Amino acid sequence: MSVKVMIPTPLRVYAGKRDSANFTAATVGEALSGLTTQFAELRRHLYTEDGKLRAFVNVYLNDEDIRYLRQENTPTKDGDTISIIPSIAGGSAENRN
Amino acid sequence: MSEELELWITAELAEKIREHGVDTYPYECCGALLGTDLDILAFDPNENSRKISREVLSLFPLVNRRDDSPRNRFAVTADDVREAEKAASAQGLEVIGWYHSHPDHPARPSDFDRDHAWPWYSYIIVSVHTGVPQDMTSWRLKDDRSGYLEEKILPMKVSAAN
Repeated sequence: MSVKVMIPTPLRVYAGKRDSANFTAATVGEALSGLTTQFAELRRHLYTEDGKLRAFVNVYLNDEDIRYLRQENTPTKDGDTISIIPSIAGGSAENRN
Repeated sequence: MSEELELWITAELAEKIREHGVDTYPYECCGALLGTDLDILAFDPNENSRKISREVLSLFPLVNRRDDSPRNRFAVTADDVREAEKAASAQGLEVIGWYHSHPDHPARPSDFDRDHAWPWYSYIIVSVHTGVPQDMTSWRLKDDRSGYLEEKILPMKVSAAN
């Protein structure tokens, strides 16, 4: 089944400036794997070194956050859209509250 | 090939960022930078260098979602990011980066900043010391996530109305 993956603005520079790409995938994880195989430089920004999605990477299947579904094992169907939405975090290093 | 990164911003918008940092002191402020990525503005083959520029044309101030640790952390949720993108799109702009303050801390990115940064975006940091704004700097994450490249903040003049 063909699913569309929407690529967020900060990662388009690693995807030939494309805003989306289509992959044949049975799960969200397979689609993301297709994305990071085709555009390998994306991988380090989406995944930690031990292969987990980074905490500030939010993945939606259509409008549902995959954290509330079956995460990367969430099954996809033909015509689904997967969106990668950044969240932004940071702050000074000093640990004082 | 050397690269020079430039971020153009009017004095008025830069002042608004400082004011936001003062208003939320001693907590961190945050918001989105809306503007235009000009990409490669100038290429000098003799010096084998190029300038990569972007302009901040509007701001989208946000609420710091880190209410557990707002003095030294900020967070912008995915919903906030989508709202910022909508606001940018309505003005014919795009989200080109983010700003936040470092209360009583230098305007330099921390390891925590780097661990959580996205590439491509510009990250403005304003230092606010005892409630008074100090330095303002801007940074872009290196492609390999090993650190930051400093972006030169340049004063953009407002063009006269026709």
